[in-house]
Amino acid sequence: MLSNLDPIVLARAQFAFTMSFHIVFPAFSIGLASYLAVLEAIWLWTGREVFLNLFHYWLKIFAIAFGMGVVSGIVMSYQFGTNWSGFADKTGPVIGPLMAYEVLTAFFLEAGFLGVMLFGLDRVGPRLHFVATLMVAIGTLISAFWILSANSWMQTPAGYAVNSDGQFVVADWLEVIFNPSFPYRLVHMVLAAYLTTSLVVGAVGAYHLLRDPHLAGPRVMFSMAMWMAALVAPVQILAGDQHGLNTLAHQPAKVMAMEGHYQSHGNGAPLVLFGLPDQAAGRIDYEIAIPKLSSLILKHSLDAPLAGLDTVPRENWPPVPITFWSFRIMVALGFLMFGLGLSSLWARWRGTLFDSRPLHMFALTMGPAGFIAVLAGWITTETGRQPFTVYGLLRTADAASPLAAPAVGSSLLAFIVVYFVVFAAGVVYILRLMGSSPHHGEQGPRGDLPARAAGITPASGVAGQGVLS
Amino acid sequence: MTAAIDLATVWAFIIAFAVFVYVVMDGFDLGLGILFPLFPAKADRDVMMNSVAPVWDGNETWLVLGGGGLMAAFPLAYAVLMPALYTPMIAMLIGLVFRGVAFEFRWRTTAARNRWDIAFALGSLLATLAQGVALGAILQGVHVEARQYAGGWWDWLTPFSLLTGIALMIGYSLLGATWLVLKTEGALRDKAYRLSWYLLFAMLAAIATVSIATPFLSIQYAQRWFTWPNIILVTPVPVAVAAVTALLMRSLSQKQDSRPFVLTLVLFALSYAGLGISMYPYIVPQSITIWQAAAPQNSQLFMLVGVAGLVPLILGYTGWAYWVFRGKVRAASGYH
Repeated sequence: MLSNLDPIVLARAQFAFTMSFHIVFPAFSIGLASYLAVLEAIWLWTGREVFLNLFHYWLKIFAIAFGMGVVSGIVMSYQFGTNWSGFADKTGPVIGPLMAYEVLTAFFLEAGFLGVMLFGLDRVGPRLHFVATLMVAIGTLISAFWILSANSWMQTPAGYAVNSDGQFVVADWLEVIFNPSFPYRLVHMVLAAYLTTSLVVGAVGAYHLLRDPHLAGPRVMFSMAMWMAALVAPVQILAGDQHGLNTLAHQPAKVMAMEGHYQSHGNGAPLVLFGLPDQAAGRIDYEIAIPKLSSLILKHSLDAPLAGLDTVPRENWPPVPITFWSFRIMVALGFLMFGLGLSSLWARWRGTLFDSRPLHMFALTMGPAGFIAVLAGWITTETGRQPFTVYGLLRTADAASPLAAPAVGSSLLAFIVVYFVVFAAGVVYILRLMGSSPHHGEQGPRGDLPARAAGITPASGVAGQGVLS
Repeated sequence: MTAAIDLATVWAFIIAFAVFVYVVMDGFDLGLGILFPLFPAKADRDVMMNSVAPVWDGNETWLVLGGGGLMAAFPLAYAVLMPALYTPMIAMLIGLVFRGVAFEFRWRTTAARNRWDIAFALGSLLATLAQGVALGAILQGVHVEARQYAGGWWDWLTPFSLLTGIALMIGYSLLGATWLVLKTEGALRDKAYRLSWYLLFAMLAAIATVSIATPFLSIQYAQRWFTWPNIILVTPVPVAVAAVTALLMRSLSQKQDSRPFVLTLVLFALSYAGLGISMYPYIVPQSITIWQAAAPQNSQLFMLVGVAGLVPLILGYTGWAYWVFRGKVRAASGYH
């Protein structure tokens, strides 16, 4: 059965599957690492115990999420060789060093200080421990810098030449690293990570406030998270808009797919709100559209002409339906996040932030929205790049390994089974931790050496920490 | 042209260094996983886990540097070897997924702790076996045509690659056992001493078998070891293995703390040097040399700057992290 399938399709499915699982963990841990650094800084500054309790509470959740991010990330780092050896050979001289720098400047920093961050508060003291937390947080951001530089280069390649073996080689490293779409993509992704984390923290806070609006920990985290959502969501919408304009300049076919523009519009293009893209026929069925709005958004002029996919050779079309829908999901969630931020400001102004059940229900529902938006955004940008791996230069079919379908198919099946077992368990453990509210004397992942845990936690209590089942 | 030759050689040493650091650092924590079934008591397992929990993540990062560095410095070798080693690589990754999450998960559940212990042990076993098999498969050579792997999907599986797989399992187990000698006390440490003895003899047998089998793989390996004047240059390696083994036995019988682990690392280094002597200057044995696989000079130079500046720093803070968690791990401390 497997041998009837196209190995390239299977390899793409495998990459998409492993990548989709992977990306949610870094998105969460980038935001959470910064949040932990902020919590610890406030604790050091004010000495208020609630911040230390929150720090330890989120540290345990961070440990699980980070662990899952690491193991799924190691898989990603080897997939370029196993399933995409054509890509590795041809782009290795450009992409390889960017990823090597990610390992050298980010992964080692995170991993090196993670142990101290998780288990070392009693051993190194609060100040040095804060340095470790800060290093982990900075490491996650440096990691985002390099991996988005590499990804952006695949979208908007610059600063390269091609040698006699057909390899991309570097003409100018600065042009490679700071390629045209990189700044937009980096800002958009880091903001997405912060939003994602604030929505999760806000949802956990809301969940506990719904049960008891007087709990100190949940009040603090809910308030912090809602400030974050209120401030970042509008900035993210602006950043997304700028990113879209950049994409129009460098990857027009992707924007045509996102907007559902199969046809060119000579005199103002409509914004398609909904419709069913028919890739074979090259049209949108049951279209609901606002006239001229697409031209206004993309060209800042009602009557500006906008080219459609009819100007692009058919073999270079991205798959419109996936790109079209994932883009709409991301944008809709972005506006819902904006709405949540506004609602929280309104509630704050009215003095009902900790009592408004509808707001808490709204925040609770929005808990997973960041993850879905990140996934949808990732799918939009990666699917929109097709049928190229390096946009306009290296076709996906030429990037694949010379693999037989059964080999790729069985490894895909293995990853599906393993990931569902492992990550389902991880999500269950995270949800269990979230289900209990942060409490007085909250311990980190290792309730080490009870005598020094403020002298109040008996050893038996420490041993029971976190064992919830 | 001379500059290009130098860079490729420099990078061959850097990649070899990264892989070696990975082998010795993740080796002992993978070894603990392989030894897990021999330590059924929960308290023992807690100590074993806690002895590596703060550092395993950094240990494994060297694997990412080895793979990522290979892609960056020798993209052709990476592109040929990874499809050739497809099954062992996927198996290794899946093994590493299971054992990596077990570090966190086993503390989060009482009911399923046993299951995550099994996942930790099997994951470690699978990852180690896969790495050893991959090593054997590289040594026996892969079929290359037109810058691509052109062999079959089961070429990696031979008696020789199984031999290297088992040899690596024994070697990592010895590293794990001597690490336990270093980090534990009481009955657990006594058991680790006993295990170290058995594993040392098994490791010597493994080194001997692999050393005897390797020259039969290819005339090049045989010539490297057994022709004049090479034989003068390479003889110190087996002599040193014998000397280190004697020291290791003495340190075990004197029940020393840290020396067995350090001497095991030296044994690994010598075996590794032996591999290097056999392979150099090929990066894909008998097919692709380091110069043929090398990335353009400016890519190798660009990274060299980073490696030269950052690796000492990395070694520095990694050493600091180990220092922070120095000393014996006790059963009473360190529960999640």
